Amino acid sequence: MSNKDWPLWEIFIRSKQGLNHKHVGSLHATDAKMAIANARDVYTRRAEGISIWVVKSEDITASSPDDKDILYDPANDKVYRHPTFYDIPPEIGHM
Amino acid sequence: MSQNNALLEYVLRLGDNTLILGQRLSEWCGHGPVLEEDIALTNHALDYLGQATLMMQYASKVQDEGKDEDQIAFLRDAPEYKNILLVELPNGDYAHTVARQFLFSAWYSLVLENISSSSDEFLASFAVKSLKEVKYHLQHSSDWVLRLGDGTEESHRRMQDAIDKIWPYTGEMFTMDSIDQLMFDQKIGPNFISLKAVWLDHVKAILEEAGLTMPPDAWSHSGGKQGRHTEHLGFILSDMQFLQRAYPGAKW
Repeated sequence: MSNKDWPLWEIFIRSKQGLNHKHVGSLHATDAKMAIANARDVYTRRAEGISIWVVKSEDITASSPDDKDILYDPANDKVYRHPTFYDIPPEIGHM
Repeated sequence: MSQNNALLEYVLRLGDNTLILGQRLSEWCGHGPVLEEDIALTNHALDYLGQATLMMQYASKVQDEGKDEDQIAFLRDAPEYKNILLVELPNGDYAHTVARQFLFSAWYSLVLENISSSSDEFLASFAVKSLKEVKYHLQHSSDWVLRLGDGTEESHRRMQDAIDKIWPYTGEMFTMDSIDQLMFDQKIGPNFISLKAVWLDHVKAILEEAGLTMPPDAWSHSGGKQGRHTEHLGFILSDMQFLQRAYPGAKW
């Protein structure tokens, strides 16, 4: 078995009460159908979830940790971007 | 044979299939061809051992001799096990294990579908629950028959060899003896003979798609349901029963 024939897949599971798929880990499979079956066997045995997404690891592009400062620090002191300065009338309820 | 004895035999037949197959599949633990399949097969094994537990508990109730499910599961002698011969066949290479699982699951899912409406309350609810597990086993093994059959020259050769070797053990799944007939007459279980046509349709379709040749229907081994087993069962039981016999009454 070579890595070319059994690429790595990232697995995302949505729990029964959940609204989004969470990344739970990775596994090897030859194709998407097998990746789903393997994910079912490896990542749902303890009733972790009811929906599986599989994505080939090579199809995921991640930001570089070296760029962390310039990408994310500037947002830390821009408090006006958060919608917390408005008084919501009580009749509106929770927003 | 009394009604109670017949029902006990019937429950042991179904339960022993799951007990012995679960034991066989457990042998793959740590030896799977890839990690994901190691987990898949041991999951299968746990499914079967879970089913076996329920069946042995029911057998204990039907037998009504004060033996618990562990004593019934682990302390019988070989002729008292009533599984079909197919499930005691060795794991062999992965193709053999997959072929055995495929041919068994295709039959067992039909049996469970039928028993889901059994007049026996316990068997009916057992079947409804277990059918979900077995449908997955069938999907998983069918997929692997396709992958190996329609794979490389070596995988095709091994898969064809496995189908050819295991085929003479499939006939037993479609036999009816007096106990089966009694259970069928009481709407407790199926007419096994009538399951063959549906089973054959599904098996044929998968084999064809996989580019594999279906072996001709010839003589089939039998006797497992009546307690006449192959040599293999003795070795399985010596592994399975060692702990219980060496340390009687031991607890975790």
